[in-house]
Amino acid sequence: MPIIKNQRILENTWTFVEDDAPLPAGDITVSAKRWTEDKAALLQHTGKLGVRLAPADNVAALGDDLPVIKLIELNFPAFNDGRTFSQARLLRSRYGYQGEIRAIGNYMTDQVFYLHRVGVDSFEFNNPKDMALALSAIKDFTIRYQASTR
Amino acid sequence: MYQYNEQDQTLIEERVTQFRGQTQRFLNGELGPDEFRALRLMNGLYIQTHAPMLRVAVPYGLLASRQLRMLAKVARDYDKGYCHFTTRQNVQYNWPSLDRVPDLLAELATVQMHAIQTSGNCLRNTTSDHLAGVCVDELEDPRPYCEIIRQWTTLHPEFAYLPRKFKIAVSGSEHDRAAVQLHDIGVYLVRNETGEIGFRVLAGGGLGRTPIIGQTVKPFLEKKYLLSYLEAILRVYNLLGRRDNKYKARIKILVKETGLEKFTALVEEEWLQIRDDMLLGEDRIAAMQAQFTPPAYESNANSDTGLAQRLTDDAAFAKWFKYNSVDHRISGYRAVFVSLKAPDSPPGDIGADQLDALANLADDYSFGEVRSTHRQNLVLADVKHADLYSLWQRLDALKLATPNIGTVTDMICCPGLDFCSLANAGSIGVAKEINQALDDMDYIHDIGDIKINMSGCMNGCAHQSVGHIGILGVDKKGEEWYQITLGGSSENEAAIGDRLGPSVAKHQITESITRILDVYVQHRLEDETFLQTVKRVGLEPFREKVYANH
Ligand code: SF4
Repeated sequence: MPIIKNQRILENTWTFVEDDAPLPAGDITVSAKRWTEDKAALLQHTGKLGVRLAPADNVAALGDDLPVIKLIELNFPAFNDGRTFSQARLLRSRYGYQGEIRAIGNYMTDQVFYLHRVGVDSFEFNNPKDMALALSAIKDFTIRYQASTR
Repeated sequence: MYQYNEQDQTLIEERVTQFRGQTQRFLNGELGPDEFRALRLMNGLYIQTHAPMLRVAVPYGLLASRQLRMLAKVARDYDKGYCHFTTRQNVQYNWPSLDRVPDLLAELATVQMHAIQTSGNCLRNTTSDHLAGVCVDELEDPRPYCEIIRQWTTLHPEFAYLPRKFKIAVSGSEHDRAAVQLHDIGVYLVRNETGEIGFRVLAGGGLGRTPIIGQTVKPFLEKKYLLSYLEAILRVYNLLGRRDNKYKARIKILVKETGLEKFTALVEEEWLQIRDDMLLGEDRIAAMQAQFTPPAYESNANSDTGLAQRLTDDAAFAKWFKYNSVDHRISGYRAVFVSLKAPDSPPGDIGADQLDALANLADDYSFGEVRSTHRQNLVLADVKHADLYSLWQRLDALKLATPNIGTVTDMICCPGLDFCSLANAGSIGVAKEINQALDDMDYIHDIGDIKINMSGCMNGCAHQSVGHIGILGVDKKGEEWYQITLGGSSENEAAIGDRLGPSVAKHQITESITRILDVYVQHRLEDETFLQTVKRVGLEPFREKVYANH
């Protein structure tokens, strides 16, 4: 499925691996739990590594691993779970995370402007029709009253 | 009053465009009802019993006359010719149709008004003292800080999907007229031992189902840290506030369940990491203060001699003067309350013609500005002594001069069963009945300062739990009943009222209130207010009388 990255539509190259599944080849993301428990094995993997976070996951726990984590997926179980926004902001502003942060799951194109501002730079949608809307929603506002990631 | 710059204007126009698109997608079936619900709420739009209800923001209660005229126009063109002022100093329309709301918002934007974040689980309108800048007991004008907070809260990207709604109030005077302690965050301007002015910050207050009085988390905060401290509280709340149960999702529950000490430690820890990156510069504060400089008061306003004569000659005017106007920090001026509590009209309601006329009065007598109060009245804040008599006559002709501010008929009342789909019971009708029972102005003035707050359900939009007398509509097997509390207060000595006893039926509520007033009159000591009497004698005498042969 295509994604939006840095405001362009691209093909997704990443695969999420369930906690009990064997690691496929290529770029993979795993849960925070698997990351902590299985780190040594994961670091042997030849593709790129990423972590998928749920809203309750504490981003501080990724700590020193951030340089090897190339993608962090922030998963919305429901669009109104606003913890995701703080997770992204903290990753960028406090922990200086430079890799890709991707919004996934059940969220709305109408939230893309805010997500972009707190540091999310790629977007995957359940419904591909949302992509065109999302590309314009990133630019819903030209005015910013607060400091944020951007 | 704050003047919008080009950026401010662009932002509200972009918001209208965004909402127009969202409404269109909803009407086309491209946006689900749950999603649209969250989005429309953040533009103040509820779906009510009869029609959508739209809540328009009045930041910290300040309105220019051109904005009043627009409110009147909207009332005529999109509603049934009136609107309603709320306890958060905002304005509500009860009858706009959904498809026309984007047009309505576009019209509001032409006079720098909007409905951004007036509802939903987000940062709401910041409220303040309706006498800010003119009262005699003020340490510093809170409005520049309110505007700084307004801008910070507007479209804050991180805090738009909070566990629950979030309300901030700021007060700069000795007498708390803004119910600061009953807000998610309350801010008092205070002076520390070294004479520096800063903020005392409270958190965890709130009304609704579980009313709780806010607690101090920061006894003294330097001004430059205002926004970083707010951001720290919000981040802690956004990450840790409960999202599993909407009745436990307010910050007051987080503070309670975490414990004040631990909660404060979490906030401080967060704050220390961000405070140096988000300093509020002195230049920014000074620039904002320059937006709220005093109007051009006439230096000879206090040489007027006519007022004293009018007060002696005209008893009706004297009464209005006593109840509906207060001292001003400039000699020769007074702040005037415009009562929206005429006996035959729902509390807080005002008609389009009244709005237009009031806009003219504001232009003629009060530098073109009007303020809304959290007790659902309006204020003309800067009226010269020499103008008071003619202003009174004109207000009286508009039915806006009922001399009842701060009295028992100055009730706070939510829309209740008449408009609100969440209501258990009517409130407007009860207010009317109580008004009819208390038709003797002399009696009303004799019993003095009594605040009745009445809500149609547990959500407590009319703050019944902090009313001196609180009335709460409850549903008993499909019938409207009312629970009474006594002894609440939202002012400096904030307190949650105590339940008097079992709820009473609709036909008994008015008599219950009159009986409560009788007990007060019977027991009061000289000069004792209702609240003082309740504190001294306790609930028992009231109980006995109210429940005798009910
Ligand atoms: S208190 Fe209840 S009935 Fe009254 S306006 Fe609020 S939600 Fe509606």
